[in-house]
Amino acid sequence: MDRNGNTYTFLYASVMVVAVAAILSAAAFNLKPYQKRNEEIEKMQNILASVGVETTPANAADIYKEKIVSTYVIDNSGNKKDGDAFNIDLKVEHAKAANEQSLPIFEAKVDGSTKYIIPLRGTGLWGPIWGYISVDSDKNTVYGAVFAHKGETPGLGAEIATGKFQAPFAGKKLFDSSSKLVSIIVAKSGEQAPAEHKVDGISGGTITSKALEKMLLDDLTNYEAFLSKK
Amino acid sequence: MAKEGLFSKKNQKLLSTPLNGNNPVTVQVLGICSALAVTVQLKPAVVMTLSVMAVLAFANVIISLLRNTIPSRIRIIVQLVVVAALVILVDQILKAFVYDVSKQLSVFVGLIITNCIIMGRLEAFALGNKPWPAFLDGVGNAAGYGLVLIIVSFFRELLGSGSLWGYKVIPESWYVANGGFYENNGMMILPPMALITVGAIIWFQRWKNRDLIEK
Repeated sequence: MDRNGNTYTFLYASVMVVAVAAILSAAAFNLKPYQKRNEEIEKMQNILASVGVETTPANAADIYKEKIVSTYVIDNSGNKKDGDAFNIDLKVEHAKAANEQSLPIFEAKVDGSTKYIIPLRGTGLWGPIWGYISVDSDKNTVYGAVFAHKGETPGLGAEIATGKFQAPFAGKKLFDSSSKLVSIIVAKSGEQAPAEHKVDGISGGTITSKALEKMLLDDLTNYEAFLSKK
Repeated sequence: MAKEGLFSKKNQKLLSTPLNGNNPVTVQVLGICSALAVTVQLKPAVVMTLSVMAVLAFANVIISLLRNTIPSRIRIIVQLVVVAALVILVDQILKAFVYDVSKQLSVFVGLIITNCIIMGRLEAFALGNKPWPAFLDGVGNAAGYGLVLIIVSFFRELLGSGSLWGYKVIPESWYVANGGFYENNGMMILPPMALITVGAIIWFQRWKNRDLIEK
């Protein structure tokens, strides 16, 4: 066949595309279990990091089993319901009406006291941001927080994933003295807010900072009933 | 024609010239962007080198095997599809087996597709040569690229973070914070210093090898 003819070129391109597609799907299918395992381990590491427990991928699963004493799902009035907390996809839940959402809670035992870990998910400047915030057994004082992002600007919004940004969350309060949920204000410079509810935002990363503040308020509002129940 | 040995003089040259005299980064000045991006630490630089080596060697072999069948009008597209498929494979494998490194390299693995060294070697070498020399050419060029990456990341990690391969090599007591005299150079972590380091390598190489200096 004429190697420069249209028929040959079209045939060649079609066969090549089908062959490449077959190879890639086979690879993706076979590697899926390993990748899923890695993602689960990363999730365990993030959950543990929010209560200040550092892990490596090798020991994360064991430490998770030891520290996380119970996981359960609640609805937005604070009652337990059926479900597997670890495998809940917040993106799916957030698309539902507030009273139909399944809200996961992870209970950790750290230094003898109980911490409640709440997963968060929101929208940053360029893509999703997510994280975990842990509160003390009084369900008011923040014990720790971790955040991660898909594609925030390196050096600016991406700083939410650093310890420097996350550390000040510890010790902040979620409720004010009249038991109203204030959540945490991620303040830009000069912004006034009570010190016990305020952490510093990122200069140059205001949109990401404010998106994170909104994520905290939106998600914690769903948990308000649970957190108010002492 | 006598059969050529697998590692004949000519074939050895394919492996060795890209390391120095015809280095893809310092002489041909290709693949600079990724050389700046992944050289903050040694480990990602080495993984990037191995990934580029795998992609380039296999892409060279595949294109060389197909060289007599590829319709010339769509040859660039064929090369691109082969490279893209290999890159996706590498990315999937990294995600499955070295997850933390794959997170660190993130977008740069995908950007191997746009690494000019790869398309350059496919177009310039694989399309006109047998699979074995093409394989050697791929390994050689990736090694030449990797050599620069590793040298740059060695200095950047040592001077910028005081560590090598993630391990601290500068004693804690040397640091100003602990009453010592030493401080890491934060500039080394930023991309401009990678460019300057590459520039220093090019300077050093031309000082040693006068033939490379353009008249």
